[in-house]
Amino acid sequence: MTTPTIVLVGHGMVGQRFLEALADRGVTERARIVVLCEEPRPAYDRVQLTSYFSGKTPEDLSMVEAGFLEKHSIELYVGDPAESVDREARTVTARSGRVFAYDTLVLATGSYPFVPPVPGKDARGCFVYRTIEDLLAIEEYARTATTGAVVGGGLLGLEAAGALSGLGLDTHVVEFAPRLMPVQVDEGGGAALLRTIERMGLTVHTGTGTQEVVTTDGAVTGMKLSDGSELPTDMVVFSAGVRPRDQLARDCGLTVGERGGIAVDERCRTSDPAVFAIGECALASDGRVYGLVAPGYEMAQTAAATIADEEGGDGFTGADMSTKLKLLGVDVASFGDAHGAAEGCLDVVYADSRSGVYKKLVISGDGVLLGGVLVGDAEQYGLLRPLTGSVPPVSPEQLVLPAGAGAPVALGPSALPDDAVICSCHNVTKHAIGQCSSLPEVKKCTKAGTGCGSCVKTIEKLLPAAVDKGLCGCFSYTRSELYEIARTLRLTSFAALLDSHGREEARGGEGCEVCKPTVGSILASLAPVLGIDGYILDGEQAALQDTNDHFLANMQRNGSYSVVPRIPGGEITPEKLIVIGEVARDFGLYTKITGGQRIDLFGARVDQLPSIWTRLVDAGFESGHAYGKALRTIKSCVGQTWCRYGVQDSVRMAIQLELRYRGLRAPHKLKSAVSGCARECAEAQSKDFGIIATANGWNLYVGGNGGATPRHADLLAQDLSDAELVRLIDRFLMFYIRTADRLERTSTWLERLEGGLDHLKDVVVGDSLGLCDELEALMAAHVAGYQDEWARTLDDPERLRRFVSFVNAPGAPDPSVRFVPERDQIKPDLTILTLGRTNSTLEGATSR
Amino acid sequence: MTTTLELSPSPDSWLSVCEEARLTPGRGVAALLPDGRQAAVFRDRSGRTYAIDNRDPFTGAQVLSRGLVGSSDGRPFVASPLLKQRFDLETGRCLDDDGVTVAVYPVRLK
Ligand code: SRM
Ligand SMILES: Cc1cc2nc3c(=O)[nH]c(=O)nc-3n(C[C@H](O)[C@H](O)[C@H](O)COP(=O)(O)OP(=O)(O)OC[C@H]3O[C@@H](n4cnc5c(N)ncnc54)[C@H](O)[C@@H]3O)c2cc1C
Ligand code: SF4
Ligand code: FES
Repeated sequence: MTTPTIVLVGHGMVGQRFLEALADRGVTERARIVVLCEEPRPAYDRVQLTSYFSGKTPEDLSMVEAGFLEKHSIELYVGDPAESVDREARTVTARSGRVFAYDTLVLATGSYPFVPPVPGKDARGCFVYRTIEDLLAIEEYARTATTGAVVGGGLLGLEAAGALSGLGLDTHVVEFAPRLMPVQVDEGGGAALLRTIERMGLTVHTGTGTQEVVTTDGAVTGMKLSDGSELPTDMVVFSAGVRPRDQLARDCGLTVGERGGIAVDERCRTSDPAVFAIGECALASDGRVYGLVAPGYEMAQTAAATIADEEGGDGFTGADMSTKLKLLGVDVASFGDAHGAAEGCLDVVYADSRSGVYKKLVISGDGVLLGGVLVGDAEQYGLLRPLTGSVPPVSPEQLVLPAGAGAPVALGPSALPDDAVICSCHNVTKHAIGQCSSLPEVKKCTKAGTGCGSCVKTIEKLLPAAVDKGLCGCFSYTRSELYEIARTLRLTSFAALLDSHGREEARGGEGCEVCKPTVGSILASLAPVLGIDGYILDGEQAALQDTNDHFLANMQRNGSYSVVPRIPGGEITPEKLIVIGEVARDFGLYTKITGGQRIDLFGARVDQLPSIWTRLVDAGFESGHAYGKALRTIKSCVGQTWCRYGVQDSVRMAIQLELRYRGLRAPHKLKSAVSGCARECAEAQSKDFGIIATANGWNLYVGGNGGATPRHADLLAQDLSDAELVRLIDRFLMFYIRTADRLERTSTWLERLEGGLDHLKDVVVGDSLGLCDELEALMAAHVAGYQDEWARTLDDPERLRRFVSFVNAPGAPDPSVRFVPERDQIKPDLTILTLGRTNSTLEGATSR
Repeated sequence: MTTTLELSPSPDSWLSVCEEARLTPGRGVAALLPDGRQAAVFRDRSGRTYAIDNRDPFTGAQVLSRGLVGSSDGRPFVASPLLKQRFDLETGRCLDDDGVTVAVYPVRLK
């Protein structure tokens, strides 16, 4: 018996899924599999295409697991499309001239973007939006463009518009229908979507057609619209729908639909039983062409099962067109009979035009949920879609009202029946998800959540109790939630916060070593707006601070302290250097240059700190906050003033910024640097916020980190003036302080932030949340309220009383703090420390 | 009238440490004992006072008085400022490492 050959034409999303389905059924072991792939790369996730613009690489988007093709001996011909099929001879000829004989042929050729036949449509600057190559070309062209127009206000059009806007273009959307996304949403939903999208700065022209692309010297310069107006634009992206790629099938005489699509039966067979068609190129037996990936996957399964000779299963008779998307940050979902086409059906509508929320449910006369549209808040989608076709267990109005309004909805995914399909991309039921115990496990075993991702929230709710995200044993809130609580309820003390918002069992207690400093830091950050004194050592605040903050110095291994005066930008006069040298000599301190361009003096006893600081403050030094979760240093390179390459005065800027942000308390320490040119001698890209001079101003990088998990900073904005730079850093820092978790550096915060760098840009550059005024005001209050902590401490005898080694012997030094000489300086006498050491080892101790 | 806090470094002897008002709720101070040992003395939010040995058994440094006071399951503790192990203020037992204990001294207010 000879090995049969299966030839697959098209290696897109559905094609790859088909190969996986063959492999699952063991067909790859008994058949030769040949794949002709037109694009220059194997199958990738087209649904996530736009994420290329938010930093995903083509490799990230790949859908082919490493080793998959080799493991199943699949022959893949990349960049070699099928050009003709000879059904008599059962052969396929590829562009390269290769000829493959087949026993079974599977067409998965997808669709092509429809470009309306308007004059000028082929000019330079006209694009479509379907492949990675399209995006690369758009990105390249957009570099020299300032305005872009998208033809088509459907799902893909809005996605393309979002991408153009993200590339910095002034973006227009031209839609022929009277509303956006006419296929998915109804009029009310379209209106809500329109408002939100306009608020983001995009211009929308609905009810308008495109008549002509205006060109000059072969390049796009504008568009003529059907209302007679002309829209100047540098580029045009056509996104006016897709058409099935059925040419190959037509040419070899297979039956195609009147309006395109390769006609198939319930088993996905075409008019020739040896040929199958699946995915967007197929015209299903219900007379529809499905432009979504989930139905395509179902067809892939059906075709694979049929080829594997499994006649069981239902075959493919149609699918629902439910979708949930995040378009330009706006949730949009539609499911079931979204337009209320069924006879006698009723609507339940909730609309709030202030927040751009629109929700509609379509209910049959006898209470069955038929479908719906959700815009602006699609949280309920995961729940509603599986309920479609049944009478929901609570009244429909409860399902659309926002949380908090009216009666609380006691309905969660637990109310769903076991056979409810939770993940429609992969057709996974609630029951199947219940077999797993974690999200990664669900993804691995059932693939649920790995397609469009819209079901992930629901899946999480179905899994065993989520991990407690609370700050500690005392609070079930996170740091950023506590920040919001303190800010909005104006709670000014730890006790008030613990007793009102602590976990039941922790109220009235002491708090713990985790929440006390965290809340201490929150109160210090918010001090100017809460109207409390930002000095951290008075009243209750004193009890919250970590030891280092408590003594405004860093404790060392033998209980002595180190002293780090602030040296803004690393610039210091000889006089000040001499003072530091004299103080170190007079108090016998070990002296070292730090990694942060300043000087650390080690070995001070707690009772010596005030006298040391009296000398330093008198000489003009301030606290360097080496002890605090606060701004540390802003390093600088020597810059334009001296350096032959410098293009801006990096030292001046570093000093200006360090003086501005000194004393600012944050979830974790903050570090910065300013380099005078692209050579980057100050290592700004390893800092929480780093600044690099350009010929036109400054580039601002954020989220860099050295330390244990280094991260290169991301470029937030370019060519800023001095004032723009300061304003943007103000916003960035305050947004971080507001939303980060305890001990979360900006690097990990940025990694975790939903929407990542793009979202950050939206918020702090584009002011998408309308927060910027407030963030700037918070920073202005900080700057106005700054006072040097050490100077204030020295001014007040009451505050100085804590700086004693022993409360019952104020003059006595601590005899356990002793030193021995090393390299002409001192070091802690470790023999004292190890004396009488318990057998428990230091290694077992973890710092928390 | 001021209240004084006293602790007992050895049976039947009491040592005056400081005025009660010197103690910030939730923080500690160190006291030097006649034989050269050191005690860490604390007051919590509700006014109860405690004294344990000042020496952190994990590092050998005399620093427990400078740790943060907290409570866990209603029991007061101090977390060492160096490597953060917690010690029960009533029993001296280390909550993070069974078998490690620091001395506890009786205290009273006079
Ligand atoms: C003194 C210094 C080392 C030196 O002798 O050069 C130092 C000393 C300490 N570092 Fe550092 N770091 C020092 C520069 C750095 C640098 C380099 C820099 O800033 O350019 C880094 C990497 C850059 C970064 O932070 O991204 C650095 C990354 C760390 C980390 C790891 C942070 C991370 O995100 O992974 C810690 C641990 C932490 O904060 O949790 C740390 C923690 C510490 C602590 C606070 C450890 C502790 O808790 O006791 C040390 C106490 C300092 C003291 O007692 O005065 N230190 N540390 C440097 C002080 C700079 C200054 O002038 O303020
Ligand atoms: C930007 C964007 C966003 C989208 N978002 C969503 C979404 O959120 N949800 C959703 O369900 N769907 C979405 N879609 C649609 C989804 O991507 C498609 O439904 C899915 O890709 C269809 O898979 P397919 O394999 O049928 O076609 P494709 O993925 O298009 O693959 C067909 C492949 O066949 C190749 N081919 C064509 N002719 C030949 C030939 N003669 N020889 C060899 N190869 C050939 C093509 O080059 C292509 O690589 C989106 C699409 C785009 C472009
Ligand atoms: S970063 Fe540029 S300006 Fe600064 S010292 Fe280096 S080379 Fe000179
Ligand atoms: S519904 Fe798309 S991944 Fe689950």
